[in-house]
Amino acid sequence: MFKEDQLQAIGKGAEAHRKTMEKMLAKAPERKKEFRTSSETVAPVYSPADVENIDYMRDLGFPGQYPFTRGVQPNMYRGRFWTMRQYAGFSTAEDSNARYRFLLEQGSMGLSVAFDLPTQIGYDSDHPMAQGEVGKVGVPIDSLADMEILFDQIPLDKVSTSMTINAPASVLLAMYIALGEKQGVRSEELSGTIQNDILKEYIARGTYIFPPKPSMRLITDIFEFCSNHVPKWNTISISGYHIREAGSTAAQEIAFTLADGIAYVDAAIKKGQDPNVFGERLSFFFNSHNDFLEEVAKFRAARRLWARLMKERFGITNPKAMMLRFHTQTAGCTLTAQQPENNIARVAFQCLAAVLGGTQSLHSNSMDEALALPTEKSVNIALRTQQIVAYESGVCSTVDPLAGSYYIESLTDRLCQDAETYIAKIDDMGGMLTAIEKGYVQQQIQDAAYAYQRAIETGDMVVVGVNKFQMEEDNSGRELLRVDERVGRRQAEKIAAVKAKRDNLRVQTTLDEIRAAARDESVNLMPRILDCVRAYGTEGEICGVLREEFGEYRENIVL
Amino acid sequence: MEDRKIRVVVAKPGLDGHDRGAKVIARAFRDAGMEVIYTGLRQTPEQIVETAIQEDADAIGISILSGAHDHYFRTIIGLLKAKGAEDIIVFGGGVIPEGDIPGLMDLGAGAIFGPGTPTTTTIEWLQKAVEEKRARESRA
Repeated sequence: MFKEDQLQAIGKGAEAHRKTMEKMLAKAPERKKEFRTSSETVAPVYSPADVENIDYMRDLGFPGQYPFTRGVQPNMYRGRFWTMRQYAGFSTAEDSNARYRFLLEQGSMGLSVAFDLPTQIGYDSDHPMAQGEVGKVGVPIDSLADMEILFDQIPLDKVSTSMTINAPASVLLAMYIALGEKQGVRSEELSGTIQNDILKEYIARGTYIFPPKPSMRLITDIFEFCSNHVPKWNTISISGYHIREAGSTAAQEIAFTLADGIAYVDAAIKKGQDPNVFGERLSFFFNSHNDFLEEVAKFRAARRLWARLMKERFGITNPKAMMLRFHTQTAGCTLTAQQPENNIARVAFQCLAAVLGGTQSLHSNSMDEALALPTEKSVNIALRTQQIVAYESGVCSTVDPLAGSYYIESLTDRLCQDAETYIAKIDDMGGMLTAIEKGYVQQQIQDAAYAYQRAIETGDMVVVGVNKFQMEEDNSGRELLRVDERVGRRQAEKIAAVKAKRDNLRVQTTLDEIRAAARDESVNLMPRILDCVRAYGTEGEICGVLREEFGEYRENIVL
Repeated sequence: MEDRKIRVVVAKPGLDGHDRGAKVIARAFRDAGMEVIYTGLRQTPEQIVETAIQEDADAIGISILSGAHDHYFRTIIGLLKAKGAEDIIVFGGGVIPEGDIPGLMDLGAGAIFGPGTPTTTTIEWLQKAVEEKRARESRA
């Protein structure tokens, strides 16, 4: 980006700086032997010499232009802010509905549904495996009847809804479509996202049901169905968030997420689908962790790398299908149980990193989440934090304001290269499915997680309030959100009532059709599942049939 | 007998998929010279108790972040008693509110370690607890 004679002068300046530093260090050593981000070493200073190989139009371009390093829209937040979307759900559909309406009244711009673990793993609330878990980490949804309560007085043509659902994503999407029909909203008008990213469940999150092959088929069936019937829906949210939460570095987060993305694109192409079409509906989900500048660089690097992969590897010509659009959540694993109010500060600059990185939507964590589910008050502080970044900080007035920083550009480039190296290794193994089967990805993440824990214990890494600046404190009396233990029983009663009222013959017929479709890969499962949920077939019944047909995934334990 | 390594089952009961903590602590136990049996995800209380008995474990470490801790501690400790294996130490960690800890201790948990606990704290506690347990057994 600089002229030859300028670079020569800069080289001389850098050399003089290095010599001065050497003399200085002989007298006064620095705070640490080595300065690092999660993935890279950090030099004391960056200059044009560190970015001399970067070509502005090739590597950055303008916002809204390939390779989208600077953002996916030409004017970003000058047009509209990111969607402030707080992930919520607990106890019952009634309680969660009240929380959603509270969030919408407070200025939330989209909903994000947290389902409880039985729902995420395809068990009805009355299943023995659901005992003790109903309503704990999210809302239990057994049938369309629960969805009707969950979205009571929330018109589906007015909100966009993100659903964190993976293995049974088809069932919950079908329920949402069926609910839209009841509200008089056509499926073509629905907007939102299903997470639907099974590969990271095997790697990092754990709510898988079926083995990889039928799981990939369920996903590509959704891609195809939505291309035709739910065109505004983000059919997948390819997630690095949980990979990072499991302990990966920033470079690994990019690499493993995009490698998952490659696997989905490959699978859909093999099914004869056009990546120029379904590619537009792929979305991503990243973590915003503590190292502020590395995180900003990470989002930029991920956009650049995905655009190149889509263009060069898959020969895509539609620019919209090259754009990496993403949701961000601040890093849950950085929240401390000690001095929890400090988490408000952590979340604030994690939000700022996501915004400077060009996120399309954002969830900010609440300060008390290392203790329990957040209270309404702490959720509100978290939402207000985003609003302060949006309205008060001034960073939204211009696009990608950190671009051109020698450090940011150098780090963006290095993260890109490191991620490419991982992706090449995964390609060599035969792709992401094999890499997961071999435990390679899990091992890489666990090694990083263990190193992180070691760094905290040796004091190399300081966590304020945890291994430094500790205080005696008593959190036993703190107000926390509690889930009523009777929720499980009440939910079981609801299922019994639904089963007594519905047309059971129709449910059986539609379940039989799902079974038949499961056996024939040329048939799309989505329309059959939709018929079944319209008849109030339960999630557990549908997943039960699919479990019988597809079998269940067994974890490959890597320590 | 004195030299017999500590045998510990690190268990993930129920549907919770958060296994970062379980795997980190399992590895730390192993690096501290213990024999570690990590169950993997989605274990029922019956499976966990069965594993602990079959493996002749000194202790079961339960990792749980889903809020279902009361149910699983109660069931696992109850099953151990029913099988006459109540000498196996039960302890745990995860996202467990401080206010819930006395209740878990009343059920018979040996210790609960919250987020931010150094692995060395847990290791030292377990070494001491197993030492005391073995001393009790050799007296009996």
